[in-house]
Amino acid sequence: MDLQNVPQEGNKTLGGHKKAVYARDAGGHIVAVASRGWEVEEIVTSQALEQLQALTEAARQKVLSGLSSPLEYWMYARRMDLPLLAQTTGIWRWRIRRHFRPKIFARLSPGVLARYAEALGLTIKEMQRLP
Amino acid sequence: MTFAHHRHAAHCESGVASNLISHHGVPISEAMAFGLSAALSFAYLPFIKLSGLPLIAYRQPPRAIIKGLAKALAAKFRFETFRTPAAGQARLDELLAQGHVVGLQTSVYWLPYFPEDMRFHFNAHNLLVYGKEGNDYLISDPVSEETVRCDAAALSRARFAKGVLAPKGLLYTVEKLGQSAISPQAVRNAILKTCRTMRAPLPIVGVRGIRMLANKVARLDPVAHETSLFVGHIVRMQEEIGTGGAGFRFLYAAFLQEAADLTAMPALAEFAERLMDIGDDWRAFALATARMVKKRDAMNPEKLAGMLRNLAGKEDAFFKELKAVVS
Repeated sequence: MDLQNVPQEGNKTLGGHKKAVYARDAGGHIVAVASRGWEVEEIVTSQALEQLQALTEAARQKVLSGLSSPLEYWMYARRMDLPLLAQTTGIWRWRIRRHFRPKIFARLSPGVLARYAEALGLTIKEMQRLP
Repeated sequence: MTFAHHRHAAHCESGVASNLISHHGVPISEAMAFGLSAALSFAYLPFIKLSGLPLIAYRQPPRAIIKGLAKALAAKFRFETFRTPAAGQARLDELLAQGHVVGLQTSVYWLPYFPEDMRFHFNAHNLLVYGKEGNDYLISDPVSEETVRCDAAALSRARFAKGVLAPKGLLYTVEKLGQSAISPQAVRNAILKTCRTMRAPLPIVGVRGIRMLANKVARLDPVAHETSLFVGHIVRMQEEIGTGGAGFRFLYAAFLQEAADLTAMPALAEFAERLMDIGDDWRAFALATARMVKKRDAMNPEKLAGMLRNLAGKEDAFFKELKAVVS
């Protein structure tokens, strides 16, 4: 890649930041250049984000119709999945799955709630309902 | 308070390593740090999943750059991990008070200065802390153009994130540098190591790893939504997560160019040119994939697999010939 071909496409996913990429200057030296982004990167990052947003929205609908607890919503809203939430809290996956049931979630002890809230970076009150 | 050796870098670990070693009096570029630690690679690990997608890496595992550099420069780094965030923060404060510049491993997700759309749960991000003012740490994050600040609570959370590659509060400092210059022999050894890695007789590493990934891509169903996610994920690992373009190939080419002068082997400069061209092919693969993800072109896994196989062939020949020239 030559210097004049370094994309400067102003990706929205970079939030105004610039990233360093390496390219050849006029003298043939390979140097670091600040790039405002390449559309290719924006497409694949947006794709990953949209996937996470779709999971979050699906969980929100489930909570609204009483099929799941807000815990499932917050897990996806924090860009986590079941294995990661299990590792972060030290609570087994099958127990977390159980806690996705609204009735069981409503009866959780303060200790377990505090572990979830800590892992998700929320207060217990915030975690017990949708935003 | 400022940090004189903050330089914007393509990749966090090579950037941190080069800035930290420069701070200790041996000026070293990011590309040299990357090449000298033999960090270029390819690995396809279908059994390690991140958000349900396999680990695909264009470089050696985390910490390989720092450890490889320590070896090449006869340097001593001190690594420490902690059981509790409180102990980790106390030790960081103590080292800063003694005037050290401290390297940290963190999660990206909990760093507030990162762009919102780039905050994923990736646990092996490296940065340098060079001071503390009030409740804020002063940070030289090499993927950021300027130095930044981060409050103590957020930094602590980022250092003690759990999951794959959990940092456990890892911090590191340079205890001593054994050499004040880079020896041509160390550069040659590093190049040979990379040639060995890229042509290793393991199915998931190097050129064979690329071929195995190509076979996996070829078997994907053109109409399934998962196919689009899978191939998009490859491109994210190659371009988006701080590789300097083309999955570190451009960065390694910069190293080969520098190595040509250092070792007085002009042939290496020609290899640098050739690797730039291979990098352009990786970029073409990324572009073709993104067009399919965006549905501008029809999803065609067979075509993408063909491009990967072509790249594997080119890199196979490249590293074979590079090895012959250096050894």
